[in-house]
Amino acid sequence: MKLNWFKYAAPATFYPLAGKLIPWFAWSGAILAVAGLYLSFFVAPTDFQQGESYRIIFIHVPAAWMSMFIYIVMAGWAAAGLIFNTRLSSMMASALAPTGALFTVIALWTGALWGKPTWGAWWVWDARLTSELILLFLYLGFLALHAAIDDPRRADRASAVLALVGVVNVPIIYFSVKWWNTLHQGASVSMTMAPKMAATMLLGMLVMALACWMYSIAAALARVRCIILEREQQAEWIANLAKEPT
Amino acid sequence: MLEVSGLGCLRGERRLFAGVSFSLRPGGLIWIQGGNGSGKTTLLRTLCGLTPAMAGEVRWGGEPIRKLGEDYRRELTYIGHANGLKEDLSAAENLLAAAHLAGQQASRAEVAGALQGIGLAGREHLPVKFLSQGQRRRAALARLRLAHSRTLWLLDEPFNALDAHAVAGMRHIMEQHLAQGGMIALTTHQEVAIQATDAQALRLDEGSAG
Amino acid sequence: MMRTLRYIVSRDVLLAMRRRADVATTLFFFVIVASLFPLGVGPDPKLLRAMAPGILWVAALLASMLSLGRLFAADYADGSLEQLVLAPDPLAVVVIGKVLAHWLVSGLPLVLISPVIALQFDLPAEAIATLLLALLLGTPLLSLIGAIGAALTVGVRGGGVLVSLLVLPLYVPVLIFGAGAVDASASGMDAGGHLSILGALLLLGMALAPWATSAALRISLE
Repeated sequence: MKLNWFKYAAPATFYPLAGKLIPWFAWSGAILAVAGLYLSFFVAPTDFQQGESYRIIFIHVPAAWMSMFIYIVMAGWAAAGLIFNTRLSSMMASALAPTGALFTVIALWTGALWGKPTWGAWWVWDARLTSELILLFLYLGFLALHAAIDDPRRADRASAVLALVGVVNVPIIYFSVKWWNTLHQGASVSMTMAPKMAATMLLGMLVMALACWMYSIAAALARVRCIILEREQQAEWIANLAKEPT
Repeated sequence: MLEVSGLGCLRGERRLFAGVSFSLRPGGLIWIQGGNGSGKTTLLRTLCGLTPAMAGEVRWGGEPIRKLGEDYRRELTYIGHANGLKEDLSAAENLLAAAHLAGQQASRAEVAGALQGIGLAGREHLPVKFLSQGQRRRAALARLRLAHSRTLWLLDEPFNALDAHAVAGMRHIMEQHLAQGGMIALTTHQEVAIQATDAQALRLDEGSAG
Repeated sequence: MMRTLRYIVSRDVLLAMRRRADVATTLFFFVIVASLFPLGVGPDPKLLRAMAPGILWVAALLASMLSLGRLFAADYADGSLEQLVLAPDPLAVVVIGKVLAHWLVSGLPLVLISPVIALQFDLPAEAIATLLLALLLGTPLLSLIGAIGAALTVGVRGGGVLVSLLVLPLYVPVLIFGAGAVDASASGMDAGGHLSILGALLLLGMALAPWATSAALRISLE
């Protein structure tokens, strides 16, 4: 017996399914974000060393997590598209890329905001920030390559190869940057080692991370719907879709 | 034997052709016809294995060419729209490099003979950038004189830019190849009567026009 | 297979010799970029000595990237890339041949001239030796990684600029360990660790990059 997974791999069946799922993810993302922000700004205690400014980690750390995680997921979808030649997988990969890049920018931005009161400079060549910056370059490369190739199928496949090369390189880049940083005696305060995490801090961070997850899924689904419409504009089911009253 | 069944191709999201089926036996020739943009070149590239088919399959001796890989590539010679010549190398150097790359043993004398036979005598050692369009095409086609051991020839507009004399010469080479049990698939705008025991024509813009 | 490799290398080197000006351009680019830095940061010998490893490596990175355009673009334009892909040998072998030729023509001259540039920055003799060794290990890796980017952008409009965006982030580990080796040696430490990592990365690159490049070439030719 063959499990009917591939049924949902057809853009025509996935399109309405995604439409039904988006509100669920979007709403749970919004609710979680409100709860997470409440926890992080009102419940979590003030840090005795860094004062109130540390609270930016509630956004910074989940964003940094997401940026790396989304890259891996994106490469996974891209690889699936390359191997099984399923169009939807490649569409998912290109739908995830902007969200991943957005989280990378957020992580960098909040890192800079956190760096000013902590290190006294907007930008410090800290290992984490530096690798985040290189990750942003990798995302931009993926997006630029995809945009530069006119034929969408070829664009999918070429950027899939790039994503896979990137995913092999990300750990190498990460460790080399980390190693470079310890060698050059960079900043001694690391952002992940928020001194003595209280339970409420951890909870706030986890809730925020979940909110980011929900947002990412909702955003990726919404974007993949746009991509489906754009690419399948000649298909019959889209013509039928346009006739239906909504 | 080359078998093509239900072949379909897209360009971007637009369908170029669909349901193309034919088979080519030893000594067989297929002439692929169609207007500009009907997908002749794409079909030839799909037959080479350069462009993947969106639907259908190309089989060689019963096996899909995707699986055969190098074993299939060893059987074929493809001459595309572009000549595949390096401007800075002479025709002889180009031909020698092409033969080596294709895994064929070719001596300098054989190369010189092939170039002379196609009407490039005296110009073998001139860099290709100094040759005219027709002469470049001849230099590219000279590969065929060394490629009789390759069963399947896929030729994209071989007669482009050739004069009547060169066309006759090419026709002779192709007839010789067919007589030896070779197979040829070609596209051309010109009417060229090639003697073949088993000749067929395929029109691409029929049925899939639109 | 070895024969094909040899033919491709000799073909590409022969082609480069017919266009010696291109080879020289890459080399002069390296020299000029490295020579501009002192004009920008001032002639303080101590500062220059400290910056030399980084400057030399960044210049090498840029020079190697500049020459990537020649790797596949010309073959694509005249149709010989199709013939290379259709050759009855694994495409990875063809790719290794092309990368090797690219390194011989654009990487090796750079390695050979680097001691002269290093003298401009007053690096000690030991550091210069390390620089030679590090560049010898690192520049082939640059060609290998660069080939992936070059293959992905073959036939793409604006490919030249795009390739830098794709390839430069991937060059980061080479830069870190290459410059790190020279740095360590200049400050009297052992550069062995850096060099071994660079060697390990080179092996990894040799094992993986040709496959990625061939996959990219096939996609670009579809």
